[in-house]
Amino acid sequence: MKEIAISLRNIVKAYRKYSSKHRFNTLKSAFIDGTIFRDFKPEEVFMAVNNVSLDIEKGKTVGIIGENGSGKSTLLKIIAGIIRPNRGTVITKGRISALIELGAGFHPEISGRENIFINGIILGLTKKEIKEKYDEIVRFAELEDFIEQPVKTYSSGMFMRLGFSVAINVNPDILLVDEVLAVGDASFVPKCIDKINEFKRSGKTIVFVSHDLETVARITDEAIWMKKGQIVMRGYPRQVVDAYLQDISEKEESKHKEEKKEESVPVDNKRWGDKSVEIISVKIKDLTGKEKFIYSPEDGMIVELEVKANEEKDDFGFGIGILNGEGHVVYGTNTFLENLMGKKLKKGLHKVVFKISKLNLINGFYFIDVASHSKDGTPYDYHHLLHKFRVDSNKRDVGVYRMNHQWNFDDGIEFRKY
Amino acid sequence: MFIIEKIKTIYRSRLLISNLVSRELKARYRGSVLGFLWTFLNPLLLMLVYTLAFGIILKPRYPIPELKTALDYSLFLFTGLLPWIWFSSSIIEAGNVLSIHGALIKKVLFPVEVLPIMTVTANFINFLLGLPILILFFIILGHPLTWYVFFSIPVMIIQFFFTLGLAFFVAALTVHFKDVQNLIANLLTLWFFGTPIIYPFNFEPILKSKIIKTALLLNPFTHIVEGYQYSFFFGSLPHWKKLSVTFIVSLLFFLAGYYFFDRVKDTFAEEV
Repeated sequence: MKEIAISLRNIVKAYRKYSSKHRFNTLKSAFIDGTIFRDFKPEEVFMAVNNVSLDIEKGKTVGIIGENGSGKSTLLKIIAGIIRPNRGTVITKGRISALIELGAGFHPEISGRENIFINGIILGLTKKEIKEKYDEIVRFAELEDFIEQPVKTYSSGMFMRLGFSVAINVNPDILLVDEVLAVGDASFVPKCIDKINEFKRSGKTIVFVSHDLETVARITDEAIWMKKGQIVMRGYPRQVVDAYLQDISEKEESKHKEEKKEESVPVDNKRWGDKSVEIISVKIKDLTGKEKFIYSPEDGMIVELEVKANEEKDDFGFGIGILNGEGHVVYGTNTFLENLMGKKLKKGLHKVVFKISKLNLINGFYFIDVASHSKDGTPYDYHHLLHKFRVDSNKRDVGVYRMNHQWNFDDGIEFRKY
Repeated sequence: MFIIEKIKTIYRSRLLISNLVSRELKARYRGSVLGFLWTFLNPLLLMLVYTLAFGIILKPRYPIPELKTALDYSLFLFTGLLPWIWFSSSIIEAGNVLSIHGALIKKVLFPVEVLPIMTVTANFINFLLGLPILILFFIILGHPLTWYVFFSIPVMIIQFFFTLGLAFFVAALTVHFKDVQNLIANLLTLWFFGTPIIYPFNFEPILKSKIIKTALLLNPFTHIVEGYQYSFFFGSLPHWKKLSVTFIVSLLFFLAGYYFFDRVKDTFAEEV
């Protein structure tokens, strides 16, 4: 039986909303009837954490993911003891340091040095402990030259570094981290991650709340997915992250469908041409033929056009362009460019399919422009920025498109996988 | 037991309190040219204003033997003003202290009661720093000081508990009802004039009117201020019976305030 560091049982936390009228009544009756305790009653209750039980083993690094408002930060604050749950018990073993807001309690008017001492005391250190760690704190924060300056003169990066450095040097048994790494500058964040990994190696328990799913998948032993105040899934980080992403995708797809319904009326500056060859509908599908909104870079795509020729034509062609969110064309082509000369287009309904075997795109939103046009480029029907899809990648590579690639190294080069 | 548990909490937080108080005092005048001198200048300037207004422009209609000259009057005034500044600044700051330090309440595990204690203590130290000035003035103006001065020490203890009790109430209520702050600011003005600070308790119109006299007697701060006036200005034994009652009232006030604060403090993290 492993040792348990954090044990939560049936935790319930409800947030209350008061209206201003209620507030006035409360004040009035509080003074008149003396019912001030009873009257602190809410009108509306929002369940931030709803009956959560959780055991975290000592030495484990656990990540909590979930959408905004899913209750993960509240849960972290409950573990830290900052918020008292309405119901349920919290048992924690050992000293806790919570990195919830870095530099909380720093006083702007006094120097970094004075703030280190006061913040250390607030976080539960003795004066002697702070003295011993002082040099390390300053060195880690890289603030040797500024430490005697008032904190109000610090940049936000310096402020954050100092806050992180003090909090991490409390030397806790349990470290709670809430999204603080999101605000750091590029060189400091890896340093923080290193420090967290160092904690991990020395067998401390870490609970980590983050939107950065990659980091969660990389540094945690276990992930917890919270939704609407409850734990939906718990387990191997990669699996949980994937399940969470899938859930978000489905949600966004249904949202996208609704949006599409609303904007069914074509906007003039997004569509032009004489409509002699009309593009009636554009469907974006995956290779299995299912309509989708979110794609992975490895996925293929089918763009299906329904075309209605209002008259017979011999001068015609079809074009397609994929634009990224900034409006740059990632790729564009048409039938003429691919040496297909229009010969005959019968009057009536037709289907045109454009198949992409692999998208190879990076994260982001994309637009598809489609057109039917004549050889000299006169459009019959042009759809500009009317069709949209999204690429959701867990990779953070940059650029316009994702080249097919691989790395090769000789035997003298080794990597640690994370 | 509530009291024992709370004494333990405060004892455990002593290092925190002392550091917060010294930070508060350091930060207060940081950045101003005169810096710490303001601790002395503020009550001095206030005394000059009141001496000008009530000692010279509105000369007392009913002269009191001890307060014949404007200089005597200014000394008398200063004796009462210093403790009043401690009291009123503490109460006004207590209304802000939780929201100013909201980050601590919301983001750090922190014994919240430390904040009102810090406010009252910081202002107490400011008061103590004002005392040498007061004594200096007594010496310069040739007003005799007696050993009765040391009777002001128990008076300070009484005032400390009384102020802290009220500070707890004001701090906790302001979190939920911002109106309390405005209410308190105006109430303090009334309270100031309802306390024998700019006039002595044995001022003739007071002794004549039964209602005013009773009201003044019911005001705990009357006895606290009189305690200082007796031990410093009049050089005699403070009225120990009235002070004993005030002490008990102050203690009850302190306990009630602390208890109320403790009962509602779990809501602070959401409301601040």
